[in-house]
Amino acid sequence: MQVRWPLVVLLTGLLGGCAADSGSGVQSQKMSTITQRGKLVCGVDGKLPGFSFVGSDGRYSGLDVDICKAMAASLFGDPEKVEFRDLNSSERFAALASGEVDMLSRNTTMTLSRDAAGGNGLSFAPTVFYDGQGVMTPAVSGIKTLKDLAGKPICVESGTTTELNLADRMRELGVAYTPLKFQTGDQTYSAYLGGRCVAVTSDRSQLAAKRSAFPSPAQHTLLPEVLSKEPLTPATTNADPAWADALRWTVYALMQAEELGITKANVAAKLSEAKGNKNLADLRRFLGVEGDFGRQLGLPSDFVVKVVGAVGNYGEIFDRNVGLGSALRLDRGINRQWKDGGLIYSPPFR
Amino acid sequence: MANRPVLAPQLRRLRRELFSSPGDGVLSISLIVLIGLVAIGFLRWAFGQASWAVIQVNSTLFAVGRYPIEQQWRLWLLTALLAAATGLSWGLLRASPRPDRTGTLWPRHDRLAVVILVLGALWLPWALRLAALIQLRWWLVVALLVGCRWAAGRFAAVLPSALRRLVPLLWPALYLLGMVLISGGLGLVTVPPSEWGGLLLTLLAASFAILLCFPIGVMLALGRRSDLPLLRWGSVLYIEFIRGAPLITLLFLGQNILGFLLPGGLAPERIWRAAWVLTFFAAAYLAESVRSGLSAVPPGQFEAARSLGLSYGQTLQQVVLPQALRVALPAMVGQFISLLQDTTLLSLIGLLDLLGTARTVMANPAFLGKSAEVYLTLAVLFWCCCAALGLGSRALERRLDPHTIPSAT
Repeated sequence: MQVRWPLVVLLTGLLGGCAADSGSGVQSQKMSTITQRGKLVCGVDGKLPGFSFVGSDGRYSGLDVDICKAMAASLFGDPEKVEFRDLNSSERFAALASGEVDMLSRNTTMTLSRDAAGGNGLSFAPTVFYDGQGVMTPAVSGIKTLKDLAGKPICVESGTTTELNLADRMRELGVAYTPLKFQTGDQTYSAYLGGRCVAVTSDRSQLAAKRSAFPSPAQHTLLPEVLSKEPLTPATTNADPAWADALRWTVYALMQAEELGITKANVAAKLSEAKGNKNLADLRRFLGVEGDFGRQLGLPSDFVVKVVGAVGNYGEIFDRNVGLGSALRLDRGINRQWKDGGLIYSPPFR
Repeated sequence: MANRPVLAPQLRRLRRELFSSPGDGVLSISLIVLIGLVAIGFLRWAFGQASWAVIQVNSTLFAVGRYPIEQQWRLWLLTALLAAATGLSWGLLRASPRPDRTGTLWPRHDRLAVVILVLGALWLPWALRLAALIQLRWWLVVALLVGCRWAAGRFAAVLPSALRRLVPLLWPALYLLGMVLISGGLGLVTVPPSEWGGLLLTLLAASFAILLCFPIGVMLALGRRSDLPLLRWGSVLYIEFIRGAPLITLLFLGQNILGFLLPGGLAPERIWRAAWVLTFFAAAYLAESVRSGLSAVPPGQFEAARSLGLSYGQTLQQVVLPQALRVALPAMVGQFISLLQDTTLLSLIGLLDLLGTARTVMANPAFLGKSAEVYLTLAVLFWCCCAALGLGSRALERRLDPHTIPSAT
């Protein structure tokens, strides 16, 4: 990064007043670059149904994709002003660090070494999906716990943290098993369906996604044990705190909107309600009718209205892409609002 | 009965080659049975078990990736123009326009090719369950191709030779026009490269790299044989550096390091970066092929040309390079074909080329376990492209062969 800064400063100087066009005084090189470019570049996986995925019609969809669209709506008021870039897991951090992508929304687990300045130096936004590694078995196999898998073959994708987590947990439990390793997810699940192993392990969301396409999904069950914590979290770099803040609070806005019952359908009504009633102070601040939250972040004052109007609130995004309204049919689980006993919690918009 | 005298020698030959001894006979029969079993197994799979919906539903994705639907007429126009140009060139090359050989408007192989083309145009769009309108377009494209082939063969003889010499120039013009049609500009809506994909991206990256690596490779080969130390060592260093690094490493460098070196926004689109990396990579290998061709030209040729008073440039252009490139042609075409296949590495850096698109499609839970169908389709597509390159190169070799009659141009 040291190499780039003189150039960056020079360029910022050349671009002049554009950096502070919203008059906010927020200094963010990244945000001025994005504004100049006229679109957000968002790094996604591109091959994970439910999270980021190109359908047969050539359109990207998924939970990760909607986070990107929310950020584009937040910046430009238009969820389509975003370019998706497929990144594989080995190049994702390099692509972010070199500025190839403005943000990552790519099923990335938040960990210490990825966050630390001495590690990958990422700056994580709020977690948008709390996942965990699970194990799926055929219902008829009678396997109820990990211990029942002693001496049995387990299908696993090679070279993943999944493979290592499984080995760690089984060693802890003292259970001997036979790992059957495959190069791709497709091969792994084909082998499982073909009866070459009695269990398959991956992130629970992925197991559910694959199960949804099985010939008879009801005949396969997820074991209750969770082998690891996988908080999937969007990220930017440490280099630009203002940009990281804008992303962080855009994601929080999605969660807060759900808590306040603001949806894609009723956001316009809520806005006129807030405009008409001076007593709804919280709502007025949240929707940007009064206060200057948007300006403090370097975003338009009505960014919350634009974001929710474009992609809906967190609950709507979840349901549409991975929840009961989708092919994955995942339960909200710990991804419920904190009021319902989940982990989705937005700090106050004050 | 009339066929008998024709067939009999062929049957006799078959018998001689396959059943000349009992051992041969056993070997032949078991091989024939084995091949038959494999073929039956394959056909049973292809028409019974395989589910081709994965190709039918995603055919647009495989062809052009995420290219916006409302702009796809531009690609159709380009396809039509390419078909017309192919037909014209084909007709001029194959239908002999010389007055002494009037009966060869459709040589036997050409008739076969036309039949295959027409059957393909009728069967493939139907098998892919394309919309009626799109099926019709494919028929029109093939009709245009065959029509142009006929017209060029029929009227070539009456065409002034100056005009006929212009026909090959259609191709570079068409390439530039194609670039404009694909990417936009000149009044057309811009379609950013990030939305190109599938076969379109594969062919574009491969053709770009093939066209540009040739001049660069020739210059590097000449540089390596140059007497100027700076030029020679520069070329040697470049060639050995590129040949010492795997292509995927260079592609990763181009994708992720260029962003560090250039301030934001100045780096070219990543597809172009990948295409340039392919070009520079292929150029180093091509340079060595060209150098082997240059070594094959006896030094006496060079000395003789120089002593006749030709300048260095003229000697290269008129005497040395034509001979050297003819020798190097088979090796170069081999590299072009492997370059076409190397474009699949683009999928590893997250570009949606043919293989990248295929992986996206296979990740779709609706098509779980359909990898055999997808990979087979990919193999057929790549085979067609490589076969076309191979056919073209063999035609070129024949034209350049000094032992055949010089062509009419």
